[in-house]
Amino acid sequence: MSQLTPEQCEACPINRDAKLTRLGLDVSSFDYVIALAGNPNVGKSTVFNALTGLRQHTGNWPGKTVVRAEGAFSYAGKRYKVVDLPGTYSLLSTSTDEEVARDFILFGEPDVTVVVADATRLERNLNLILQVLEITDRVVVCLNLMDEARRHGITVDDRTLMRELGVPVVPTSARQGEGIVQLLERIHQVATGEFVTKPRRVWTESKNIKNAVDRLAEKIRAEFPNLPNPRWVALRLLEGDQRMIDAVKSGELAALAENIRMRWQSGEKRMEEANVVAS
Amino acid sequence: MSSRRDEILKTAEAIRWEVGEKLYDRTVEAVYEEASRIASRAVAVSGQKPRFDFERTLDKLVTNRWTGFPLMFLILAVVFWITIEGANIPSQMLAGLLLDTIHPALKSFGELASMPWWLSGFLFDGVYLAMAWVVSVMLPPMAIFFPLFTLAEDFGYLPRVAFNLDALFRKAGAHGKQALTMAMGYGCNAAAIVSTRIIDSPRERLIAVLTNNFAICNGRWPTQILIATIFLGTLAPPHLSSVIASLAVVIVVVIGIVFTFLVSWGLSRTILKGEASFFSLELPPYRPPRLWQTLYTSVIDRTLIVLWRAVVWAMPAGAVIWLVSNIHIGGVSIAEHVITAFHPFGLLIGLNGVILLAYIIAIPANEIVIPTILMLTVLVTRMAGVGSGAGVMFELESELATAEVLRAGGWTVLTGVNLMLFSLLHNPCSTTLYTIYKEIGSAKWTAVAAFLPLSIAFLVCFVVAQLWGAIG
Repeated sequence: MSQLTPEQCEACPINRDAKLTRLGLDVSSFDYVIALAGNPNVGKSTVFNALTGLRQHTGNWPGKTVVRAEGAFSYAGKRYKVVDLPGTYSLLSTSTDEEVARDFILFGEPDVTVVVADATRLERNLNLILQVLEITDRVVVCLNLMDEARRHGITVDDRTLMRELGVPVVPTSARQGEGIVQLLERIHQVATGEFVTKPRRVWTESKNIKNAVDRLAEKIRAEFPNLPNPRWVALRLLEGDQRMIDAVKSGELAALAENIRMRWQSGEKRMEEANVVAS
Repeated sequence: MSSRRDEILKTAEAIRWEVGEKLYDRTVEAVYEEASRIASRAVAVSGQKPRFDFERTLDKLVTNRWTGFPLMFLILAVVFWITIEGANIPSQMLAGLLLDTIHPALKSFGELASMPWWLSGFLFDGVYLAMAWVVSVMLPPMAIFFPLFTLAEDFGYLPRVAFNLDALFRKAGAHGKQALTMAMGYGCNAAAIVSTRIIDSPRERLIAVLTNNFAICNGRWPTQILIATIFLGTLAPPHLSSVIASLAVVIVVVIGIVFTFLVSWGLSRTILKGEASFFSLELPPYRPPRLWQTLYTSVIDRTLIVLWRAVVWAMPAGAVIWLVSNIHIGGVSIAEHVITAFHPFGLLIGLNGVILLAYIIAIPANEIVIPTILMLTVLVTRMAGVGSGAGVMFELESELATAEVLRAGGWTVLTGVNLMLFSLLHNPCSTTLYTIYKEIGSAKWTAVAAFLPLSIAFLVCFVVAQLWGAIG
């Protein structure tokens, strides 16, 4: 067998790593926005660092990411902006740090939401995954901390999980850099529409509720055409969420969503400042 | 328009009857059931799991009510001891390079270029020396302390500390997560203020912000360590002096924690009344820290960034120091005027005029307090043969020489002890105050954050000085 040169390796289509260029803080122009969501302390910031080449502060305690961090990478000719969100156990909570994550997933309209999950505590993490699947189609599950799971004698069948959830599931150990290239490939496939997801929708599984949500969402869409997530609003209205009822009544809902979008777009500088201080 | 909105709500109302009551509970339940079903299909656990047992044993030890606190203080003491012992030699080497080699070189360059004396004095004795001092005093301890702290953080020890302190914080009417923000404060108070966002209730968040100052930040360690070494370490036999000095620093840390509780308790019973809210804190698994990566990131990201900020603030402060000691009014420099005016009040609280002026000049950066004090002391006592003239910050080869200068300036053990207390309790630096203003958005609370600790510092120093006088 002849000797391979590094150049040949980089040109090889199987070498997916070669398609990755870490762009760090340069989020100037991008084709897709990726949100990193997940429970606290599952390694979101570590995944973020692995993708962008940045060194966002990581540490083994829940709650260390309090502001949204942004970075970028380019993969297979497309530029991606990555947003590292604070950890959240649920999309239904009202605490300020968790609001940052929820608002972004709901109204920031990321092209792909990567839910980072702790393989050693899958059941609890699935609660959030299922809630995210309820409000967006384009999800990739990053099954992180596989090394820790192995150490504890836990095996997770990612293919079963993928069948059940209807979205790509990628096992990773971000601390060791394992599985990051596979994750990139899946993100790319979902972002470009190459992989069409069929997300599991638990809440609206019953025909009854699904019809109800769809009917109400239709009316909401007519009144608030720019609202990214009318189905979510519909569901909250059906649940009798007083905050949502007030927001619809006063018409603030449109402004609310718009504000959040504006804040995300103009907030970059403020966030960067906060990062410098925080590091 | 509003009729369409009303219609949405009416439709929602109508459909709500169709889908049945308690949709919220049902959807949440459905998610939990489904999560449990999927997990049971996808996850398999093999029989033996010794690691879990190891973790449980370790957790029992570090969160036990009898062993938890002693272990915490022991770990803290060891970390300080390694920092104090290890920082000595590199500190001296850096000082030798920056202060004894480069500074004279710059001065002779100034002479060669025939700079006017005030320009070379301002640039090289003021701005450059301030910067060089900060680098040589701060870099070695930070380069040792930050990796150690980050290793403990990576391992998962921090949430256990929070767990230990939680009950105490709740009794003080504050949020248990304040333990985490306090721990961040030992790195940098400004960063810790940002991290108080993990506390949901505005009342409890304010308490955490107002008391964060009692966690000594890295800018104040050099002061604590140096003064502890000079005034308390020297009271012990030489081979024990670094142990005694680290113990003194640990005691200062403990006093800081005590004040955090006392002030939190006081605030939650007076201007910030309310009950502590409950929260769940997850104890994460212990993870083997990645040694090299931790070393790399803590040196590059934490140490250098903090150092850079210190240098940026030290340079203008150095310029101010040089100016106040070289601009004369009625034959006496501004610095001496101010020191004379402050001195009686300084003595009353067991400090002196020099220290008070140094703290005013050093508001932007705590790390330049000690060099400022030394320089001003020499200026006032007019010691012959020490230092290099008015407005020149200098470093002395050994701690004994530093002690000599300070004793000549009228310093006693009381001055040293009170300086450590004052450094612990006084107002936060201007960077932190600015961060508080940005985070809380209220000038009133920012003012409270500045003057509450300052009054406490004055009060405590006054009481200690009076007691000291009564006993001694």
